[in-house]
Amino acid sequence: MHNYLDFEKPIAELEGKIEELRHLSGSGEVNIADEVTKLQAKVDKLLAQTYSKLTPWQKTQVARHHDRPHAVDYISAWIEDFTPLAGDRAFAEDQAILGGIGRFRGRSVMVIGTEKGADTEARVKHNFGMARPEGYRKAQRLMTMADHFGLPVITLVDTPGAYPGVDAEARGQAEAIARSIETCLALKVPLISVIIGEGGSGGAIALATANTVLMLEHAIYSVISPEGCASILWRSGDMAQDAAAAMRLTAQDLMEFGIIDVVVPEPMGGAHRERDIVIDALEDAVDEALNAFQGMEGAMLKASRRDKYLAMGKTGLA
Amino acid sequence: MNWLKNIVRPKLRELVGGQKKDVPDNLWHKCRDCSQMIFHRELEKNQHVCQHCGHHMRLGAVARLKSIFDDGAYTTINPPDSPPDPLKFKDIKRYSDRLKDARSKNDTDDALTVAHGQLGGNPAVIAVLDFAFMGGSMGIAVGEGLLAAGQLAVEKGAPLVVFSSSGGARMQEGIHSLMQLARTTIAVDDVREAGLPYIVVLTDPTTGGVSASFAMLGDIAIAEPGAIIGFAGQRVIEQTIRETLPEGFQRAEYLHEHGMVDMVCHRHELRDTLARVIDLLMNKGGTDDEDASLPAVVDAAALEGPADSADADAGETAA
Repeated sequence: MHNYLDFEKPIAELEGKIEELRHLSGSGEVNIADEVTKLQAKVDKLLAQTYSKLTPWQKTQVARHHDRPHAVDYISAWIEDFTPLAGDRAFAEDQAILGGIGRFRGRSVMVIGTEKGADTEARVKHNFGMARPEGYRKAQRLMTMADHFGLPVITLVDTPGAYPGVDAEARGQAEAIARSIETCLALKVPLISVIIGEGGSGGAIALATANTVLMLEHAIYSVISPEGCASILWRSGDMAQDAAAAMRLTAQDLMEFGIIDVVVPEPMGGAHRERDIVIDALEDAVDEALNAFQGMEGAMLKASRRDKYLAMGKTGLA
Repeated sequence: MNWLKNIVRPKLRELVGGQKKDVPDNLWHKCRDCSQMIFHRELEKNQHVCQHCGHHMRLGAVARLKSIFDDGAYTTINPPDSPPDPLKFKDIKRYSDRLKDARSKNDTDDALTVAHGQLGGNPAVIAVLDFAFMGGSMGIAVGEGLLAAGQLAVEKGAPLVVFSSSGGARMQEGIHSLMQLARTTIAVDDVREAGLPYIVVLTDPTTGGVSASFAMLGDIAIAEPGAIIGFAGQRVIEQTIRETLPEGFQRAEYLHEHGMVDMVCHRHELRDTLARVIDLLMNKGGTDDEDASLPAVVDAAALEGPADSADADAGETAA
C-alpha cells in the first residue's frame, strides 16, 4: 500500500481499482486477469507520464516522501560490518547525523549520513534529519579520522536543513557548519556525496563539499526551502510552488549548472516505489565514483576538489 | 527612495538659488535603540555610535574602511567579473532590477568591497560586506570578491581582515549562493595556509550562509557590541520552538559568553585592537627580526589607549 502524493490521485484511483478487483477475485470465482492487466498498463502509462515531467514543486514532494529510502536503508544495504560511531567528544551524540566505519564492496570506508527517520518515533529520535552543532562536529571528527586512516568518505544527504533552535545557536551552529565545510575541503581521501532526498542549505553542503556529488533523479538541493524562499521574497508561504520553480533546485537544473556531477535515475514512480532497485543502482554509481579516484594521491584529491569549487564562479561567463 | 533625495534634490536646489546647498536633508538621526535624537555631525564624528546609549549603528563600507586604515587611506580593487543573475530569477520583482536598484543606491557593484593599505604601520587587506547592498547578501560576486581578497593578502604577505554584515546567502542566486559557502572557505584556507592572520569583525547582523562559512572561521573573531550574530533567523527559531527567545539571544555579548567570539570590541577601539593583534601575530619579535623594536612601541601606545574607555562603553551597551 502506497502513501500517495496529491498529484498522484489518478494513479491512486487506478491502483485502488486493481486492489478491489483482486479482493473480489479472492472471494469469488471471477476471472479478472485481463482487467487487471489492462488497468496495470494504464497505471504504468500514467506513472510514466507523470514522473517524466514532474514540476519542481512535485519533485520537492517526492524528495520528501516518507517512504523514500533514507540514509539507514542505504547503509544497511551497502555496508558490511557497519560499525556506528557516536558523539562529538565535546557535548553530545546527535542522532540526526549517523556515521561509522564499514566495508563498501570490499573496501573500508567512512559513511556519514543525515537521517530523517521512517516513522514518528524514529523521526523524533533523529530530529527529522535536522542536526545540531554536535552532529556537524561529529561529522568533522569522523571525516578527520577517515583522513588519518586513509579511508574514503561517503556522505548521504537528506535534510531539511540545520536545526534552528536556541540550544543549537548557543553551541555555535554557524561555526559547526563552517568548520564542517572546511573539513570537507581539507580531506586527502576521496569524498563522495549523494543527495538522496532533500539537500537543505548549509546543513547539506556541510557534508557535501565533495570530489563527486551524485544526486538522485527526483532529489532537490537548494539554498533555502521553497517555503522559506516564498515567505521571504514573496512574503507568502503559499507561493512555494513558484519559489521551487524560480530557485532551480532539481537534479537536472544542478547538472546543467555544473554544481553536481552525476544524476542517478530513479525507478518509474520514484525511489519510494521500488526501494531495492534504487538502493542497488545508487550503490553501483557510488562504486563507480569511488573507483575514479583509485590510486590518486591525497594532495591531488584535495586540489581537485578545491579546483572544482573554484571553477563554479566562472560558469555563465563568456 | 533615498537616492532620489540625494541625487535629484540638490540639483533642484541649485536651480532655486543654492543657498541651502550645504545643509543635508537629515540633520537629526533617531537612535533605534534609545530613541534619542543625534545631530548628524555628532553621529559621523562618533563613527555612528549613539553617544547616549552606545548603540552601534550599521556602518557603510567607505566609512568603515576610512575608520580602520591608517590616515583613512586605502586602495580598492576591482573584483573579478561574475555572471549576473545566473538563474534569471524573478519573484515579485526581477533580480536584475533589484540589482540595478542596489547598484544605483550604493555606488558599488555588489555587497563586498575589497581594499588594501596600511593598518598600524603594517600592510593589510580588508574586505567589507555592506548591509545596505541587498542586506549584504552573498552571491557569486561576494564569493569572487572574497577569493580575490584572499589572493591579494597572500600576494602582499598581509593579513586579511573581514567585516561581516549580512543576512546570509542571496536567495536570488539559488544554489550558486550556497556554493559560495564552500568557495569563501577556500579563500580563508588560502590565507591560513600562507601563515597569514585571518581576522573577522562580526558586525550587525551576521547570519545565515555568511556566518556558516567565512565569518565564523576567523583565527580571531571580534564582535561589535549588540550585533546580532547567528545561523538561523530569530523568527524561524521562534516558529520552531514556539517560545519567546531568551534576553540578549544571538547578541555579540551572548556569543562571547558562549565562547563563540574572542572579544566584544567597541567601535572606537576597533582600529587599535586590530593593529595590535596584527602586529602581535605578524611581528613576533626575537633577535632575528629587524623590525621587532619598532612595533613594540606601537603596541604599548595601542594598549594604553583602549583599556579603560573601551570597557566603560561596552558596559553601557550591555546594560
